[in-house]
Order: sequence, then C-alpha cells, then structure tokens
Amino acid sequence: MTTEVVDMITVVVDGFEVSVPKGTLVIRAAEKLGIQIPRFCDHPLLDPVGACRQCLVDIEINGRAFPKPQASCTIPVEPGMIVKTQLTSPVAEKAQRGVMELLLINHPLDCPVCDKGGECPLQNQAMSNGQGETRFEGVKRTFQKPINISSQVLLDRERCVLCARCTRFSEQIASDPFITLNERGALQQVGIYENKPFESYFSGNTVQICPVGALTGAAYRFRARPFDLVSTPSACEHCASGCDMRTDVRRGKTLRRLAGDDSTVNEEWNCDKGRWAFKYVTSVERLTTPMVRNSSGELVAASWPEALAAAAKGLKASKAAVLVGGRATYEDAYGYSKFARVALGTNDIDFRSRLSSNEEREFLAARVVGSTTTYLDIDRADHVLLVGFEPEEESPIVFLRLNKQVRKRALKVTAIATKLSIGVEKLKGEFVKVAPGAEAAAITSQSLNAKSVILVGERAAESAGVLSAVAALADSSSAKIAWIPRRAGERGALEAGAIGNLLPGGRPVTDASARVDIAAVWGTDSLPSAEGKSTQEIYAATNAGEIGALVVGGVDPLDGENSQSALAALEKAFVVSLEIASSAVTQHADVVLPVAAVTEKSGSFLNWEGRPRSFDAAVQDSLNRSDLRILSMIAEEMGTSINLGTVSAAIKEIASLGKWDGARASMSKVSAPAVPTVSGDQFILTSWRRLLDLGTLQQGEENLAGTARATVAVISPKRAGALGVVDGDKLKISTSLGSVTLSALVEDIHDDALWAPRNSRGSQLLVNLGVAHGAVVSVVKA
Amino acid sequence: MTKLTPVLSAHWDEKDSFTIEGYKRHGGYNASAKALAMNPDAVIQLVKDSGLRGRGGAGFPTGMKWGFIPQGDNKDHYLVVNADESEPGTCKDMPLLMANPHVLIEGCIIACHAIRAKHAFIYIRGEVTHVARRLNQAIEDAYKAGLLGNGIDVVLHIGAGAYICGEETALLDSLEGFRGQPRLRPPFPAIAGLYARPTVVNNVESIASVPAIIANGAEWYQSMGTEKSKGATLYSLSGHVNNPGQFEAPLGITLREILELSGGIRTGHTLKFWTPGGSSTPLFTAEHLDVPLDYEGVSAAGSMLGTKALQIFDETTCVVRAVLRWTEFYKHESCGKCTPCREGTWWLVQLLRDLEAGKGTEADLAKLLDLCDNIMGRSFCALGDGATSPITSSIKYFRDEYIAHITHGGCPFDPVASTLFAGAGA
Repeated sequence: MTTEVVDMITVVVDGFEVSVPKGTLVIRAAEKLGIQIPRFCDHPLLDPVGACRQCLVDIEINGRAFPKPQASCTIPVEPGMIVKTQLTSPVAEKAQRGVMELLLINHPLDCPVCDKGGECPLQNQAMSNGQGETRFEGVKRTFQKPINISSQVLLDRERCVLCARCTRFSEQIASDPFITLNERGALQQVGIYENKPFESYFSGNTVQICPVGALTGAAYRFRARPFDLVSTPSACEHCASGCDMRTDVRRGKTLRRLAGDDSTVNEEWNCDKGRWAFKYVTSVERLTTPMVRNSSGELVAASWPEALAAAAKGLKASKAAVLVGGRATYEDAYGYSKFARVALGTNDIDFRSRLSSNEEREFLAARVVGSTTTYLDIDRADHVLLVGFEPEEESPIVFLRLNKQVRKRALKVTAIATKLSIGVEKLKGEFVKVAPGAEAAAITSQSLNAKSVILVGERAAESAGVLSAVAALADSSSAKIAWIPRRAGERGALEAGAIGNLLPGGRPVTDASARVDIAAVWGTDSLPSAEGKSTQEIYAATNAGEIGALVVGGVDPLDGENSQSALAALEKAFVVSLEIASSAVTQHADVVLPVAAVTEKSGSFLNWEGRPRSFDAAVQDSLNRSDLRILSMIAEEMGTSINLGTVSAAIKEIASLGKWDGARASMSKVSAPAVPTVSGDQFILTSWRRLLDLGTLQQGEENLAGTARATVAVISPKRAGALGVVDGDKLKISTSLGSVTLSALVEDIHDDALWAPRNSRGSQLLVNLGVAHGAVVSVVKA
Repeated sequence: MTKLTPVLSAHWDEKDSFTIEGYKRHGGYNASAKALAMNPDAVIQLVKDSGLRGRGGAGFPTGMKWGFIPQGDNKDHYLVVNADESEPGTCKDMPLLMANPHVLIEGCIIACHAIRAKHAFIYIRGEVTHVARRLNQAIEDAYKAGLLGNGIDVVLHIGAGAYICGEETALLDSLEGFRGQPRLRPPFPAIAGLYARPTVVNNVESIASVPAIIANGAEWYQSMGTEKSKGATLYSLSGHVNNPGQFEAPLGITLREILELSGGIRTGHTLKFWTPGGSSTPLFTAEHLDVPLDYEGVSAAGSMLGTKALQIFDETTCVVRAVLRWTEFYKHESCGKCTPCREGTWWLVQLLRDLEAGKGTEADLAKLLDLCDNIMGRSFCALGDGATSPITSSIKYFRDEYIAHITHGGCPFDPVASTLFAGAGA
C-alpha cells in the first residue's frame, strides 16, 4: 500500500495556525479551525464560482495585503497567507453584512410558508451575519411563483439568490445541463429551454443543495416544517449503489428522504428514485394481519399463533424450498439462508428472482462473493469496461462516479452493448456494438490491464458465455471485476448464502469443511450437501411434484422469463408468503405473513462493493416484524429453532462465522451459442430496465413518474429504412405469447437488434412478450 | 503651435482612408511585412521597449501581456481584439475602424506573428452594424490581397449587445457561444483563454498602434508622452463643447489644452464636470483642467484615464440626473453573476430616482454612499466598481446639489437648458 505524499501549507486564520493540503480553499482551511465563513454559491463538490460574494475576507500574503476583500471560496491557500474573517476584520464583517443585505432586498419575506424555513442557509446566515433591520424601502423584484421546471421540481425565482449551485450540479456532476441561468442583471433567473423540462435522473440533488427555497420538490411542498420532522440516518433500498440517506418522518409517516454524506460512496448525491420513491410503503394497501387459506379456499385473517402453526404444518408436510427476492436485507437474507438449511433441510434457495443462469451462479460463487472491488478502484482505474450494465439506469451513483473521473481525468470507458445509451454517451464512452447474444466475443477481444476494472451487470447472465468470457478476460489481464446487480439486497443475499451453491461467507455447500464450519455455529449435526436448485429449477421441480412447499419472500413471479411456470408452481405448492402488501404471490399463498417495510426495521444492505450500509428503523412505532423474526417464529413452531429473534442476534452470529479460508468454488466455462440470424421482419430483442419505470417500489409516485424517459422501440437507421419507418411511427413487436406497440426511435443500435424498455409504461416485455433479451421477435409497422 | 500628433488619425480626412489602397498609399502593410521578417520575440521586445500600454482602460503594458504567452507549448494561441466599445462616452474605436480598419488588421498580423497565433478574433459590439460591415469588407480585401490567409486568419465576431462582453473573460465566453459573464481568474487568458488556450486580449487601439511602432521604432514612440505613459493616443471629446471629436495627442496633455485646440466649451457656458475616461471613471471638475491626462496623472488626481472619453458637461447640467442615467445603464448592463452588482445597481437606481424626484432625505445620501461602499471592491468584476464611481465622485464634488434636490422637492434645473436645442425657441 502506497500513501500519496501531500504538500501541506500552513496559514493563519484569525490568529490561529492551520495546516492544510496544498490547493485547499481558504474557506475550507477556516472550516478546519471551526471558523464558519458565510456562503451560498460555495459547495465542496462543485467548481468554485465566486458569484454570491458572501464569503469575503481580508487576505495578506507575506505582508502584502490584497487591496480589497477576497472571496474565500475561490482562493487556494498559499504559504505566508494571513486571513482575517468577519471575526477579526471589520472590513470583512461589513462586506459580508453588505452582501447579505443586498441578497435580502429582493428576497420575499415568505419564510413562514417556505419549505426551506427552519433549515435555510439564507435564514440562518442572515441571522448570524446580517443585520436585523432592512434599509431597503424600494420595490422588490417579483416573478410568477412557482413554476414547474419538471413534474417534480418547482422553481420560485423570487427566492433564488442566483448562486448557480443547481446549474453547476446539473452540468458538472450529472452532465444534464437542462437548466441554466437566463437573462441578465436583476432579471437573471434559472430556467429551462423552452418546452424541455428538467428531466434529469439527478434533479433532486438541486433541491437539496439549493441554499434557499427556490427549488422545491413537488411531493414535499407544503407538507411539513423541518422542526417537526424526526430524521434517521438510513440506507437506500432501491439499488446496489449503496447511498447513505436520511429519512425524515413525521408522526409515523415518511415525508421525505435526502442524500446523506458518504465521501466513499455517494459523496453527497443520490438519484431521484432514491430520493422520491418511498410512498410504496404507504400508498399501497399494506397487509396488516396474518392470513390463512381456509378449507373453502379463501384467505381469511388469522391470529399469529394460528398462522404460524399453519405455516409450520404445511412446510413440514412435504419437501420445501425458499425463494427470496433481491430486496431482502443482509440479515433477513441470512435468516432465509439459515431457515432453508436448518428448518427445511435443503439447499434449494435462490435470491435471483429475475433472469439468471447456472453460469451466473457459478460466476457469483467463483468471482463475486467476498470480492473487494470498490468505488475507489473506479477512481483509480485507467479503463472501465461495462458489460451488460448501463450505469445511469441501473446504478446511478456508479454513473456519477464514472462521470466524475471522465470529467476530471478523461477516464476511458468502454461499453459492450447492443445500443448506445444516453449514459454511455455522456461518459464519452467507446461503444462496442454487438448483436444481442454476441457480447462474449467482443469481451474476449478487449485488452485490459491490472489497473482496469470490469463492471458486470446482472444482465450479463442473459447471454450465455458472457460471464465465462469476463472471467477469462480478468484472468488474462489481471483486471478487477465488480458485479453490480440492480437490487439492493442481492450482494448481501449472496454473502448470506441465500443461493443453492453457497453457505454464508462464500462457503461452497459441496465443501465438507465449509459445512462443518457453519454447522458448528448453527449448532446442527449436519447440513445438506448437494447443491440446491435455482429459481427456475425450483419452479420446475414444484410443477413436477418433487417440491411440495415454498417459502416466498419479496418475490415478483412475473419478473422471470417463464412466468407461466412460476405461477403454476405457486398455485400447486403450499406457499408461505412473507410480504408487505398483496401481490401476485398472495393470490396463490396458503399462509400470508405481513412483514416490516425497510423504513420500519433496522438492518443493513451490502452494496455492490460488499460494503455494509446499515440503518435503523425510521418509523419507530411500527408493529410490523422483520422477515428474520417471523422466520424464527416459524422455525420454533416447526421444532427446529434458528435462534434469530432480532437483527442484532443475526449481526452477532454473522460476525461469529469468521472468514472462509478454504478453496473458492470453481467455475466451468460456458461457450457462447451461435447468435440467431434475422431477416425481414425479425429482430433480436434486447432491453434493460430504466431507472424510472413501473418498478414496484415506485408505486404512488406520480411526480417522479412524470420525468421517466419516453417509452420507445429503438431500431437502426438501416432497418428503419427497410421497414419504411421514421421516428414516431408505431411498431408492433410480437412473440408467440403476445405483443406490444411502441413508438419507433431510430438510433445507433446493432442492425439485428430492437431495444425497448423492459418494464416501462406500455412496454412490460416479460409480461407481454415473455422474453427480454436475445430472443427473436417479429416487428411490423403498425 | 498644435500639440496634436496624428498617427492613427493622420489620414482620416482622405476620402478613401478606409480602403486598402488608401491605407497602402501611406505605407500601409509595410510594417507587417517588416515584422513577419523579424523573430517573434524581437517583435515582442520592440513593443515592450516602446512602452505601449493597453488603451482599453487598464493601461497594462502591451508587450508584457504578449510576453506572458507560453512559447513552445504545442498549443494553439489566439489573439482576441476587444472591439466591444460600449462604455457611455467612449467613442474612439468605432471612428478608428470606420476611418481605417486596415490598421487594425495589420496590427493583428503583427501581434499574431509575435505571440505565434494563427487566428485572430475581432469581437465587435453588435449595435454598430455600419462599422462591422466596413471591417468585414476590409478583412475580405486583406484576404484578396493575400495579406491574410497565409498562416494568419482573422475572424470578425459580432456581439449581441451586452456591455459586460467588453470585460475580457466575458468576451471570451461570449465568443465561445456562451452567455457573456466574467470568468473566475486564475487561470488568466494568457494561460487558458479562448477555448482554454493561451490568448491575448487587446483593445482595438492598442493593436492599431502597433504597426506605427514597428515602422518607426520604439524610440520614436518613446519620444511622445510622459515618463511612464508613452506615445500618443486618441482623446474623444464629447458633450457641451463646440467641436466634439477625436483628438490624437501625446499622453499627458491636459483638458485645458484639448479644449483650446477644439474650440472650447459650448459658447456662453462654463465647465461644470467631466469624465476623464468614460462614465465609470470618477468625475472631474473645473479644478482638474490642468491634470495631465496620462495613467499616473489622472490616477493621482483620484480618477482613472480609462478610455480617454472626455465627456464635458456645462453648468446647465443636473449632476444628479446625469448620474442617475449612468446608473440606469449599469443596472441594465449588470450581467447578474454576482450579488453586489446585480442587487446593488437595482437598489442604487431606486435611491437615485427618489433623490432626483425630491423624495429623498439626507439620510438617503448616507445610505447611498454606504451602499456604494458595499459594492465597490466587493463585486466579481469591475462593472460593479465602475457603477459606483459617478455616484461617489458626484457626491464628493456636488453634495450641495443633491441636498438642493431634497430641499427643493425636486430637480432645480431646467432639463432643456442642457440640450443641444436649448434656446432654439419653442
């Protein structure tokens, strides 16, 4: 491990010496001493602009004083620098008071109805560095207020202090320069291009960093006063990026969520889904009591003892398997993992309630579990290869980190994909265009080195041979691999062994000493030794009558390619469903047990790095129990305790497992099959999920949905010409199962391919077509 | 004996002074041929030796500015000519370009050679269509004559009408296609200017002064002017004078001398106040008639030489009214980037309007001065500073007149008296 040598510079601020790294701005050197210089435009993650002039201080360098006060947010420290802030310089104090007065002359006095009131930098600093009385007796500038700049962001130009934080964020961090400053002088204002709303996936950050109430979120506007909210540090449950969050609750109801500060992960940002999709907990009809299917086939409310007894009885009656979705917390996933092995005596468990393959399962065991690739590796990479992964859509903070490095040091990004995405375009990435299914060959021809990083998405499992090619490329080049699933719980579930080939901690189930390790901690004589079945195999075995009971937690059976098989299996088996709300599983369940939503319990997620993102219950008075607690109760009822009554018990037990120092599971090489040839009206379908779509956790968020990207079907110019199709024409896309009709968009995509969003309004491919990637579909102009 | 030293303006009264033929008749384009045969560093040294200082207002030594361009850096370099002459009262570059656009083009060739640039951009204010057309024609003629296009190209860019684009970094942003707002410095244009490449930004008159310096040598140029302000320059006389216009004279001449040369103040009237270098330079009064009009002399007397725009106001002028009009200009032209200028000019106008209308109080006068103190030296660029100059200097010299507005309940002046048509009979 090498440490970077940093030149330190010592400066004097208000008579106190402080040593800071070369390049540090004066305002931050002062912060280090606890001296708060008021500021508006300054933001540590944005380029300095020096626009608001609130942070003026007196500076002299080696005895030479600047003739006028300087903006401390724009000037880096220098040796021999003496800084006098408002605390010791009457000139700086007056300059700051003067600027504050000027900021306030045109600011409306609507603090009592402003969302920002009570947590407003302008309000606070007007108190600390302003004067009590105004000398302005003139006419204030007025604007129509507020105006929508998107369906979720409102702009009040009267309140704006024109610090340009929002416009700089959009340009410098998100690369979405959809808002700018328009007009000039006192009429200068933030604005959008005519009829082009502020549809950025990261727009919510501008609301958060706005130092006044100029930008507000439509969903939170007028809902609460900051001092009525109880804030809890939390972790985002939407994707595997692992954002630190803050959840603000009033009287048991989540009213808003904000990005938390974690310089190693999300810095100070998050995406709009993480910020604004939380009503799914309250907008849907939550399950409140356990339910048991009675002899006449109806689900009826039951007491907990009754339901637990019914569940235990059904699970004991036949061979059972476990299906746990990718959104369980690490601790809950560990509960499912242990429950399957100890209570059900099976390795038939899989967290991958999505398109998956056995190649992927081997890849996860051989390459991913326990891996230590982090955001820092992206920061240091010389080349990042994206395989089956669209960072902006599928892990937005990974996108921001890549974008930061692209902007800062022109990091080389290569995307192996069928279609050039907006995100890859923004990353100025090299686009290696392949037909769906032909990814493996393109991977093999990449040249990487030990400083390179391969970011593999969960969609890599959808083309056979891709993950084998990734493993081979990593071996030959020593590049690092990071597997980035979409769902927040998948890495944790993998580490917890909620998969058929692994026990907790990456221990292969086929390894006898691994089983002994775990059996010792779990206090059982032995553990099942055969590799368990995958999700699809479990459904198939159920339909074949080999499995008679299923424990299902947080699974959408329509998320797979063969949903008919899934639904048939759920219908056939004795199903114990653990859910927050009624779902497709509920209809087939025999015992339904309501569980706590993520805001109602404590726990942690492991993000794609494997980094724990723990959180406490944000809603304190919930009566709902975590999956873990309920599984524990079922196990007790079955007579085989798993001893995981609380989250802290699970955390303790996981810690006691220690590290696995035995051999890793190995992976067998899968070769890519031939790509189908298409002609005439045939296309090979490809798709991914957009960040904002019909996802379950976005239910009830209409403002958020308003900024989702348009649903389109993308085909290449050549094929469009052959079909006589132009942008906006309707395309009917069909398989034997059904069809969807979408507006055409002619773009840079492989000639054989048609791309459509996987789960957007009007385009639910798995439900409507039964396929999502690599299958041949027929396309006609509708 | 006249003190005028016409160099730039020597042949303006010839009918074809603006044509390439007219220019060549008096040795035009000989200087660029001479310079192109010289080592670029020698050209820079010659300009340094001449003592030429920037004529855009700040007076920064031109040769030194050229010398800041890093050499051998394998980057494109650019010359940008600031022809965005927009300051109230300033009117030297436009007449110069109307009368002799080729001297600027020749200066561009020499400067590009010196700083090793292949491209010069002339940024001209958008309102002066006639000047832009003339310059455009001159550039076209220079290309036809083979003077341009052989390794040095000149591009004329027409601004969209913003005073702030005369600020060099705002000009660069505007030239790049962005909104014109001043950039944070460092990096300075010499390191990262146009398209983030080393760039020299010079005023029209500075570049136009170079051919004569190359032709006649540094010593010739040094022989004019004062100790630290060398050479001759255009003084633009306007306002209540009998003969307004351009007067090219050595630096250090006084207003008294210029008035004598030009036929004096409007007949029957007396000098009340004047600006030495445009409306953003603090006002002078009759007591400053003998201040030497060079960088040091004007500065020592509490103002700035600026653009040498001598706006003359006689005793019929209400200083409050004049200052209000200027302030309205600055409010209108403030780019909005920084708080003191954006909000401050907005407020200044409201205060001054009240004072002019007789609705002010003495306390407002103190407020006005305090407000100027909160803008001056606090704004991002010099626009905010300049906006306060007429206010603070006018209160310094004419406080009584402000008070008179308050006690009189309005303006004690007859606004017609100050107009050109005053006395023409109703």
